[in-house]
Amino acid sequence: METATQQREPSPSSESKSLVSGKRPRLSDLIFDNIIKLLGYTSIVFVILIFVFLLKESLPLFKTYPLKKLLLGTSWYPTMDPPEFGLAPLILGSLLVTAGAVVIALPLGIGAAVYISEVAPSSIKDILKSLVELLAAIPSVVMGFVGMIVLAPWIKEIFDLPTGLTALAGSITLAFMAVPTVTSIAEDALAAVPTAYRTGSLALGATKWQTISQVVVPAARSGIVAASMLGVGRAIGETMTVLMVTGNAALIPRSFLQPVRTMTATIAAEMGETVQGGEHYQALFVIGLLLFIITFIINLVADLSLHRGRRQRG
Amino acid sequence: MNAKLRERLAFALLALVTVLVIVPVAFVLLILLIRGLPAISWEFLTQEPRSGMTEGGIFPAIVGTFYLVVGTVIVALPLGIGGAVYMTEYARPGKALRLIRLAIVNLAGVPSVVYGLFGLGLFVIFLKFGTSLISGCLTLGVLVVPIVITATEEALRAVPQSFREASASLGASKWQTVSRVVLPTALPGILTGTILAISRAAGETAPILFTCAAFYLSRLPHSIFDPILALPYHLYGLATQATNAPDTIKYGTALVLIALVFGTNITAIVLRLKARRTKRW
Repeated sequence: METATQQREPSPSSESKSLVSGKRPRLSDLIFDNIIKLLGYTSIVFVILIFVFLLKESLPLFKTYPLKKLLLGTSWYPTMDPPEFGLAPLILGSLLVTAGAVVIALPLGIGAAVYISEVAPSSIKDILKSLVELLAAIPSVVMGFVGMIVLAPWIKEIFDLPTGLTALAGSITLAFMAVPTVTSIAEDALAAVPTAYRTGSLALGATKWQTISQVVVPAARSGIVAASMLGVGRAIGETMTVLMVTGNAALIPRSFLQPVRTMTATIAAEMGETVQGGEHYQALFVIGLLLFIITFIINLVADLSLHRGRRQRG
Repeated sequence: MNAKLRERLAFALLALVTVLVIVPVAFVLLILLIRGLPAISWEFLTQEPRSGMTEGGIFPAIVGTFYLVVGTVIVALPLGIGGAVYMTEYARPGKALRLIRLAIVNLAGVPSVVYGLFGLGLFVIFLKFGTSLISGCLTLGVLVVPIVITATEEALRAVPQSFREASASLGASKWQTVSRVVLPTALPGILTGTILAISRAAGETAPILFTCAAFYLSRLPHSIFDPILALPYHLYGLATQATNAPDTIKYGTALVLIALVFGTNITAIVLRLKARRTKRW
């Protein structure tokens, strides 16, 4: 074993000779093995680092501003004297826009996944998948730009509004940004359903559609639930698009046809005007912390759901 | 309604839904091509913006995005490939691996603007890198790590186990097997992941807002501690602040950005399909 190693490394210095003669592994192996082991944990380190820094920058505000007023306060006037940091309008804004997006994105995303996985001829499957991938690749700022100059004027005209930059415009653009997430994960789940389920159902005389709707989709249920949740996570975290198309009025939203402001858009729009370490700055980090916690929970539940589905099938 | 008719209706509906999903891709591309193409010229691509962005080109933003992407890849590639190698070649299935996987999924789900806050807190303020190219690269590097890990892991898992056994039976150490047999075999897959990471880094705006991007600069960056212009933020500025800039400049900038992102993505897709087709084992 050692000789083979030496032939590949024809530079036996006196130091490496002593390593080769013993049973100990070579020094370079030891170094690389340990580097790799460290790198294995980088993802965990990053998640913790993100959490720690969000906490570090936002914690001081909890001392000077009551938590209840922060979460339930209905006015967001960060630059007034004294400032008001009521997050309710922003949280409700995010919820409204996301809910609208989800109502559009789920049927589209899951429907497309079923079509691509079960119905589409194999010759166009790869093309459809690639197109969905391209939809996911459209930068959010481009989506926002197109939404601003094409979609918003349409909405303004159709509903006869003073401005088209509304929650509805946000929901529509966000829906298309969440669809690729839903489609690709739901498609994976459908593809993972064993072929025997389909052939078994068809052999019993069911039509292809009956097989899909009553056997394949129910079997992939946990994966489809996970896909939907991750779609929600994608929509709630999207920033530039909503910043550009929702009109940014930090008021408690009453309808889809009004301008609203989301949590993400608030951070992006206001961080530039804050004083580092000031209360406004801290409040924006509180929003970030909240977003981090929300998406963390969504991802956790989605992951557990995926895991359970995999275990059930064995 | 009989079952056959119902099936035909359902399939037609599903096909319609799928078309609806991919229509925006064509729509966005088409509208940017039609309205943006007239703006594209050699001058537009090689000159600086002038007179409050109402004239001139987008050269500094292209250069900035290029630097940003290169730096991001330098940060993310070793971390991502190392992480994936650990997961497929070193770790045993169990709690630790499950935890790492969970962390990757979560990292991929963190909103991009939260990455911006993180970069601001850690790189710009705590490490005192300031609003600079390096802060932006590090922030985007962390953001694309999950993309690199996922693609690399898939590529490593596709390497047949017999390759590793053959290498080990020839007396190669673990690291020798990984570095000379497994990684080279998985190279096309790793390349695909890298290209996808490039595409993502080039298009992101929120993470660079507070870490490296400037609204306007009169010169190109001289060091990694200088702020930069970047295409996505430049487009945002043009669309929302520079209201008197002519529309052709806005559409042209958007077109260049989407061409860059789609170009890299299509390259990745083609590479992946080709690798699958030419697989010899």
